Amino acid sequence: MKVTVKLFASLRKDRFAVDDFDYQEGVTVGHILASLNISEEEAAIIFINARHGGPDSPLKEGDLLAIFPPVGGG
Amino acid sequence: MDKILRIDMGAEGGPKMQVESLGEYAGLGGRAMTSSVVAKEVPPFCHPLGGENKLVIAPGLLSGTGAAMSGRLSVGCKSPLTGGIKEANSGGQPAQVLARLGYGAIILEGKPQGDDLYKVFINKDGVKIEADNSLKMMTNYDLVSKMKGEYGDKIACISIGPAGEMKMQSASIACTDPEQRPSRHAGRGGTGAVMGAKGVKVIVLDDTGCKARPPKDLQKFRAANKIFVEGLSRHPVTGQALPAYGTNVLTNILNEAGAYPTCNFKVGQFAGAGKISGETIAELETKRGAGPTHACHRGCVIRCSGIYNDKDGNFLSKQPEYETVWAHGGHCGIDDPDAIAMLDFLDDTYGLDTIETGVAIGVAMQAGVVSYGDAQAAINLVKEIGKGTPLGRILGSGAAVTGKVFGVEKVPVVKGQAMPAYDPRAVQGIGVTYATSPMGADHTAGYSIATNILKSGGFVDPLKPEGQVALSRNLQVATAAIDSTGMCLFIAFAILDQPDTFQSLLDLLNSFYGLELTADSVSDLGKKVLRIERDFNSRAGFTKEDDRLPRFFYTDPVLPHNVTFMVKDEELDSLFDW
Repeated sequence: MKVTVKLFASLRKDRFAVDDFDYQEGVTVGHILASLNISEEEAAIIFINARHGGPDSPLKEGDLLAIFPPVGGG
Repeated sequence: MDKILRIDMGAEGGPKMQVESLGEYAGLGGRAMTSSVVAKEVPPFCHPLGGENKLVIAPGLLSGTGAAMSGRLSVGCKSPLTGGIKEANSGGQPAQVLARLGYGAIILEGKPQGDDLYKVFINKDGVKIEADNSLKMMTNYDLVSKMKGEYGDKIACISIGPAGEMKMQSASIACTDPEQRPSRHAGRGGTGAVMGAKGVKVIVLDDTGCKARPPKDLQKFRAANKIFVEGLSRHPVTGQALPAYGTNVLTNILNEAGAYPTCNFKVGQFAGAGKISGETIAELETKRGAGPTHACHRGCVIRCSGIYNDKDGNFLSKQPEYETVWAHGGHCGIDDPDAIAMLDFLDDTYGLDTIETGVAIGVAMQAGVVSYGDAQAAINLVKEIGKGTPLGRILGSGAAVTGKVFGVEKVPVVKGQAMPAYDPRAVQGIGVTYATSPMGADHTAGYSIATNILKSGGFVDPLKPEGQVALSRNLQVATAAIDSTGMCLFIAFAILDQPDTFQSLLDLLNSFYGLELTADSVSDLGKKVLRIERDFNSRAGFTKEDDRLPRFFYTDPVLPHNVTFMVKDEELDSLFDW
């Protein structure tokens, strides 16, 4: 199934900004983090279709996964 | 910092100054100082531009010391924009310099009898005030350049541009950075108009010959500062993300969260967000020979500021902050970073609040005055404000007035002040802060984004009403206390997550003043400041009905989440019951 993955800020270094991937049914955010060599600590903020998720969150066909390192401002 | 400089601009025969002891204001700094003076000395029903209002300028409790991050300057008055009490604070050099010169506050009061425009010069030898009508309608950048010519390049300036002289409700007060750029502003609430009404164009500060303020216990103070700085460097937000991308790193995250108000709060995502994101702009700045890492005052170790050059490599503006990029960007459907940097520069040099100005332009776009996405038209509108044309004066009066003049129903303001860059329907906690802060809609007053979106200090689901009042309450209390220390609010990311960094902040205060403050006493200070401010507003005629969002946030759901603001009125009314 197809999932779009977006990376931001320092996570883009040596990786990518946005890409589509084919995953097997039942894939979780944690699996995708491991495949991209991103630690759970680095992936501080995770959105699936604009809603907060975590490493255990499951994904389904067509989902948009956005991953941010710890960031702040204001 | 044991004296107050009071200047009566309305005295017979011209301005009369007086240096007095701190008296009943001893032990106060920053926001606690400005709000205490305003609440005690300004009649709540006075006209903000009249002789009874006062402009209070105060460094924080730790400003002028060797403590890192201690360079915030508080400016207080009755706000011409909200009609309530106002504290707007700014980075830049003036807080450190004013504190080293020994002043706990400058109070401008009275009503000038003529049309003369004054400059004030303060150094270790004393205070000089003189009329200088050659400064009339000068922009902030030109003004500071002239002051450098007159007083040398060791100065720090607090000034107004043409917007302040025209007494516009969105006029800011500019503070210079270490390289004498008037690029840091006490932006919100029209404080620049009050300085203009007092007839003061610029306060020039020179601390040559003054030393850092001495702590009671130097050894403990140095040890605390070391732990404090180490904690800020260790935390990924203050140590890595803010120096690398600045505050505008938030564009992508708020957009991905569906909480990025687009085209006057119509939807929560902007197709052009990537083009104006912190990642894109940091890369552009580096490519053009400047960069995203710069300290707005000496002693800042986070360095979230930056410098934005034009395509030819010449200075265009400082790195626009997230809320500026939003107000002039997504809110107006504009995705051109060069245009946004130009708007930032124009706001700074005319002396305008970037949030109020950008939101007013977006409201005008909704009315069809110009089109969404038309960057050149937005630049022209800000130039109209600088010139003071009738259209410029409408926009310079802020979003609420602009909405009324052009017959716009959906105007995002609370207590007359424009909302910044976070949709209160998709981040319910920030809606609570917008509604209840004594300042009007102000994200910094209780930055729930930290916990609702960034997962700093825990996590409260942004899309549900539960837990938001408690979250906003705790943040508003903590913020009022931090705003009184002179510390930059961005230390909050590290002190919320790291107990040892929080303790080092207490140790800095305790070793400097010989106190024994605990977390509870800091919280008590924050509550005291908020009580003073709420009481002023209540005496100025504000009621609980003023602690509400505009109606459309309750009736019009926003995409992609399709939510309205759901926190109940009774809950909002309980925020200050601690």
